[in-house]
Amino acid sequence: MIPSIPQPPAFRVAYGAYVTLFFLYLIAPLVVVAAFAFNDSLFPSLPWNGFTLDWFFGDRQPRLGLFHDHPLLRSIGVSAFVAVWVSVLSVAAGTCNAFLFERETFPFRDLLYVLMLAPLVIPGVILGISILVFSNTVINSVDAVLGVEIDALRPGLLLVVLGQFAFLTTITTLVISARLRKFDVSLEEAASNLGATRMTAIRTVTIPYLKPALVGAGIVAFLMSFENFNTTLMLVGSDAPLTITMYDRLREGSTPVLNAVSLLLMVVSGVLGLISIFVQRDRTAP
Amino acid sequence: MSTPPQIRLGLLLLFAPIVFWLALLVILPHVDMLLISLRVRVAPREYATSLANYAEFFTEPLYWNTFARTAIMSVTATVMTLLIAFPVSYYIAKMVRGRSKTFLFLLCLTPFWVSELVRTFGWMILLRETGIVSSLLLWSGLTDARVELLYNDAAIMVGLVYTSMLFMVVPLVTTLDSLDDSLVEAGYDLGGNSFTVMRHIVIPHAMPGIASGSIVVFMLTLGNYLTPKLLGGKDSLWFTDQIYTQFITRFNWELGSAFGFLLLVLSSAIVWIGLKLSGQTLSATVR
Repeated sequence: MIPSIPQPPAFRVAYGAYVTLFFLYLIAPLVVVAAFAFNDSLFPSLPWNGFTLDWFFGDRQPRLGLFHDHPLLRSIGVSAFVAVWVSVLSVAAGTCNAFLFERETFPFRDLLYVLMLAPLVIPGVILGISILVFSNTVINSVDAVLGVEIDALRPGLLLVVLGQFAFLTTITTLVISARLRKFDVSLEEAASNLGATRMTAIRTVTIPYLKPALVGAGIVAFLMSFENFNTTLMLVGSDAPLTITMYDRLREGSTPVLNAVSLLLMVVSGVLGLISIFVQRDRTAP
Repeated sequence: MSTPPQIRLGLLLLFAPIVFWLALLVILPHVDMLLISLRVRVAPREYATSLANYAEFFTEPLYWNTFARTAIMSVTATVMTLLIAFPVSYYIAKMVRGRSKTFLFLLCLTPFWVSELVRTFGWMILLRETGIVSSLLLWSGLTDARVELLYNDAAIMVGLVYTSMLFMVVPLVTTLDSLDDSLVEAGYDLGGNSFTVMRHIVIPHAMPGIASGSIVVFMLTLGNYLTPKLLGGKDSLWFTDQIYTQFITRFNWELGSAFGFLLLVLSSAIVWIGLKLSGQTLSATVR
């Protein structure tokens, strides 16, 4: 079953049809979400009542558009705030981990490597509840010993950032390690021979080489943080990120303003995705 | 060989983030969760060590039925994802060339740049009683009234398979791509037909991809919360939902922790067995 082996035409047609159906299945949910953002109706469902931009720009109830829906806009802000912190922290930690695993030798290195991968196989809900439980234990212990209540460790944005950081650091570590592995160490040695200290050599030679991976890992972390639901659900306090707000509205049944937000998300993540592919493409360069 | 002291200091500094991260955010929380699952409240603020939470899981049929149901549905979803994804991956890897190959592969990835919430929302619009599919059926005369396609196991399955597709297609395309066409040709030259070539050459070659794809899909499905909850409605009976209920609604952290630990054990056990059966290691799979 390769092009060089002749196949009956009926088989070729059937195979082509199957693949076409598959791509329809893949695309259908996204197309309907996007299309109903423009339907002139109070519900995201048929019949099609004509084209409108109210779900983006409408300024009064019940046709409150995305750009006037303050709770939604605020939760986008919360998500962006969390995502920026998570991506900065996880890229920084991922870079340290990459240097540790690619450059250093130390006892129990393999064991630590497997532990580093563990967050990949822990379901997000469980990672969330374990951090919730532990932060509560820390609050109680500190309260019992010192008589101080650390309210920052109650469910809220700090815990959400920490929870997402806990599994995204594995991903950033893997992305950055993959590029560091291809780095020719003799370039750093050349810098040292020319009088650079180790830190200067890393800063001026290695880090610029790693830049595509750093940017790529940052974008992936940002997107995954923005879209995370499972871990966030368990750790969220009163400031709800976008996914939590959307989930609540989805269950109540909402106007097509949700379609408008979804379309915005698709566009933004599509653009960021293209940027990350574009940035990482020069991976083959020396 | 003695190392200069400043380099040892550098090594220690490199250790700081990973120790902070793994100890405080991964290891200690899970140990704490295990400890909490092993205690029961005997009086306000007084606890005793006991296996009562695990006993409750095994004696209350709702709990272990949900657990078994989640596991069985996850296995079914994994098998279906594999069966649907394999012909498509084969098509992308072997039947098309050049630009259209890259295009089809990227097309497979696009839905996954979008949040799972948005994808599930799309399926709700398609499948609900006033939705697209129901309207199409009515319009074409296949049904004479609107049908509710949401809130049943089939809807959950459609959503789970959809969400898992990427994690199956990528490893399959990668392994199938590395299969040399001349091996397939040799199979035919030696008198094999499409079936025997598939069975003795293509599938054995794709085995590492099949294994790692299936492991990842199973794990993600088992831990999924959104899709069963939104597409399955109130009676979705998914185990992560039980965990959520115990923690957030009932505030029974002890039982919730026990549930969490059981799900973690099941998930890790399946990953481990899958890796052993396919002769791979976790480190090799992620590279």
